[in-house]
Amino acid sequence: MKDRQELPVIDDQEVLSNTGQSLGKKIPLVSDTLPLLQVKELKKNFDLSGDLLDQFRFRGGRIIRHKRYIHAVNDVSLEVMPGEALCVVGESGCGKSTVARLVMGLLRPTRGSIYYRGQRIDKLSEKALLPYRKKMQMIFQNPYASLNPRMTIDQALLEPIRFHNPDMTEGELRERKSEVIKSVGMDPSWGNRYPHEFSGGQRQRISIARALMVDPEFIVADEPLSALDVSIQAQVLNLLRKAQQQRGLTYLFITHDLAVVEHFGSRVAVMYLGTVCEVAATKTLFSTPKHPYTQALLSSVPRLWDDQPRHISLPGEVPTQIGQPKGCVFQGRCPHANDRCRRYSPQLNAQSDGSLVACHGIEEGRI
Amino acid sequence: MALLEVRNLEVSFRTREGIIKPLRDVSFTLNQGERLGIIGESGAGKSILAFAILNLLSRPGYISGGQVLFDNQDLATLSEKRLRSIRGSRVAMIFQDPMTTLNPVMTIGQQMIESLRAHRKISRKDARVIAIQKLKQVQIPSPATRIDQYPHELSGGMRQRVTIAIALLLDPLLIIADEPTTALDVTIQAEIISLLLDLCVSNNVGLVLITHDLCVLSQMTRRMIVMYAGRIVEQGPTKEIINDAQHPYTQGLINALPQLSIPGTELKQIPGAVPGLQHVPSGCAFNPRCEFSMDICTRVEPGFTCSGGCSVACHMVEELVNSMGEDL
Amino acid sequence: MNNAELNPIKDRSMVESAVVGNKGVLRAQLIDGFKRDKFIIFCFSLLLVYLLASLFAPVIAPFNPYDLSQVDILDAELPPLWEEGGDPRFLLGTDAQGRDMFSTILYGTRISLLIGVGAVLLQTLLGVAIGLTAGYFGGKVDSLLMRIADIQLSFSTLMVAIIAAAVFRAAFGEELYGELAVVILILVIGTVEWPQFARTVRASVLAEKQKEYVEAARVMGFGSSRIMWRHILPNTLSPLLVIFTLQIANAIIAEASLSFLGLGMPVSEPSLGALISSGFEYIFSESWWIAVIPGVVLVLLILVINLLGDWLRDMLNPKFYRM
Repeated sequence: MKDRQELPVIDDQEVLSNTGQSLGKKIPLVSDTLPLLQVKELKKNFDLSGDLLDQFRFRGGRIIRHKRYIHAVNDVSLEVMPGEALCVVGESGCGKSTVARLVMGLLRPTRGSIYYRGQRIDKLSEKALLPYRKKMQMIFQNPYASLNPRMTIDQALLEPIRFHNPDMTEGELRERKSEVIKSVGMDPSWGNRYPHEFSGGQRQRISIARALMVDPEFIVADEPLSALDVSIQAQVLNLLRKAQQQRGLTYLFITHDLAVVEHFGSRVAVMYLGTVCEVAATKTLFSTPKHPYTQALLSSVPRLWDDQPRHISLPGEVPTQIGQPKGCVFQGRCPHANDRCRRYSPQLNAQSDGSLVACHGIEEGRI
Repeated sequence: MALLEVRNLEVSFRTREGIIKPLRDVSFTLNQGERLGIIGESGAGKSILAFAILNLLSRPGYISGGQVLFDNQDLATLSEKRLRSIRGSRVAMIFQDPMTTLNPVMTIGQQMIESLRAHRKISRKDARVIAIQKLKQVQIPSPATRIDQYPHELSGGMRQRVTIAIALLLDPLLIIADEPTTALDVTIQAEIISLLLDLCVSNNVGLVLITHDLCVLSQMTRRMIVMYAGRIVEQGPTKEIINDAQHPYTQGLINALPQLSIPGTELKQIPGAVPGLQHVPSGCAFNPRCEFSMDICTRVEPGFTCSGGCSVACHMVEELVNSMGEDL
Repeated sequence: MNNAELNPIKDRSMVESAVVGNKGVLRAQLIDGFKRDKFIIFCFSLLLVYLLASLFAPVIAPFNPYDLSQVDILDAELPPLWEEGGDPRFLLGTDAQGRDMFSTILYGTRISLLIGVGAVLLQTLLGVAIGLTAGYFGGKVDSLLMRIADIQLSFSTLMVAIIAAAVFRAAFGEELYGELAVVILILVIGTVEWPQFARTVRASVLAEKQKEYVEAARVMGFGSSRIMWRHILPNTLSPLLVIFTLQIANAIIAEASLSFLGLGMPVSEPSLGALISSGFEYIFSESWWIAVIPGVVLVLLILVINLLGDWLRDMLNPKFYRM
């Protein structure tokens, strides 16, 4: 057990000096193969301070430049193994979508690093990223917003592949397009239609097809089901699974729906307030959740045939993380929090069953 | 005694493409203190039903047929003035997004006191006391200080608690809750579910819960209605329907739940998509997506068949029940 | 007040989108709305008449007002046909120099529309490029460009035009100015009023940028300019169409004002504004038609364009749109 001295908390101030300290923590590999994607101590702050002029405050007779940040992602380390579906689950504001966008290079991390097949990708220019864009694709939450309303289905599908493979002939393009569009269960003859002519489920199929067009090996799916009707969710989930089997895809699957996680994920990472509190194989997590937050989360999921809801009640609600967090992010709502939890943030520690848990209580055997 | 009785309710929307009917032939009764769940996907007409019950539809929608009997008065034909006295005081509504109910420029207290005084002749002081007491009932910590806060100062879960407190303010007989927990996180949702349930039971308030989440519905209600494309397809005791659904659509909805299938296997799915309001298929609206679809299903809209404690609108069930009747 | 009544029907949007569909149906919706509204059909036809008349002015006009050999000073100040003393050759009478009013108005409308459309095209080009850049890149680029827009807006069009015209005349002489007047007016009016477009485009871009299809395009690895011009711009066109229309009316007014003040088109090549100006001194000397007829033509043109613009705005604004 390595205990890291918590940095002095300078509220509302960006602390840039702690890069020097090694926060490195080896996360044991689940399998022996190399991870496809590796995220190390990822950190993302969003600046809330506004214009330069707004940042200056008059305090105690002096003018002070005051900056405020939301710490959306705090020291997140994850590994995605080839062929698996790693689900990142958490409530709104836990930073799970930010992790997805950081991995895809849509946001630049404040600190930390991202490796794809051992190559560092977080500092690459847009141009140097191009080869990775073919390998890594993303599926978005809202099928009504993720397709350009002014582009036909054909245009939307063909543009990326033309862009990435300029020497493909027109015939090859057509062939690829109809193969992909059939594989998502759509009719290739609908190519000249616009997105508004399709239902939400069909649109989500189209955006999956768009991601599959460039033949990726890794897909980040950001809540791909949450905007869909129940009967359509099952269709899309089946489609994602089929694509995984047929094309050997690896998923980073962001969701808030634990039922979907249980069904779809091979491993689960539970996030709370920008940090990972538990990573475990799906079966292990659902049978023996360890972190108090995971336990509360699982008990809150409404189940069928359950007349008497017996959930673990958590006091309070998810706070907003402004300023450097102090202690364990969950301590404000945790029934087991003690003084150590309030002062030092816990690190992910390997458990006997292979899961990783960040909790002082479990470390000490209190819980 | 029936608290609410909806008889053959029909809602129409006048559009330039002609009149469309997002709600057709809806009938059900709700007894005092009973909790009824209405489930359906988008476009099923469940939210329109909620508005139609209170006669709150605004242009271009209107009630084009049927009755809504609340306490033996037909809300569909009542004058706006009489309706106003019923809405809010005897029937209350809770919405998905609390911010649509709460006025952002008034404190919670001001809003609660105003509603109270609009319906009852009491002093500001007494109203405030009642308001604080209601806030306490929904387990808001330190209600006496919270009451002077503005809605934006509260978190999402707290706001939904406040809307529940406002709904309970005038001791209604019936609460209509339209997706009350959909916008909330799971841990908060669990809290709100148990709160709403406790309040309904302890105050003997009737509840019409409108939701798309079968699990939430199964926890909160004793009876349920399944809607599809503006019509009721199945109605009966919640337990019975969930354990042994008769209508193929209900079966599909239940089977599509990931939590009921073995992890890693293919989910049972309903093919196709929910039809748009102007393209409702003829005959049984579900027939293009139904694996048991027969010739008659494409032509004739099925009537209701009683099967066990449920009433089901399905030709297949009808035939089944009839053949069983002959066998006996 | 009861809480339920505070709520507009929530399902409205759902019903509406189910019934109306969205963007792609827009065209059908516009055409449909157009067919229903008799007044708009009338306005549109009138605008079409204006456009055709100015396009085919050389064919329609019985005289060429620019050709001095066709003008006879003896024909000066003849009243319109229906007035006493009207000459059958001159439908709308003649001006102080003996030019046929009908021909001159046709040519004048042609010039006014040319300047109006030309200036607005220039505004669009500048405004769209600047607005897209500001909205897409945001941050310092955005602040800088929008401050420039603010500064630009604080100069009135007329003031800039007056100074530009005066400087040009002083530097290159009256003759060259006369030859290049159309171009100069297009340049001046075009460069002064781009902030209107830039702001509208920027606002739309800010809204569109949030949508996931832009992120999807970035994930595909597309470059910024491709995303800006091919993905975002087509989705900002509806509001642009509205200002485009309204700005044409504004540009024509600006040109007319300048010409009226004697700073726009020269008398030898009059626009509608210049015509009104030249007729103004005769307005009390019985020859009212020299100023009034071009005035009516101008007002009608502006009115028609503005009405069409307002109608477009209503049609494209989903809140205004009612079934």
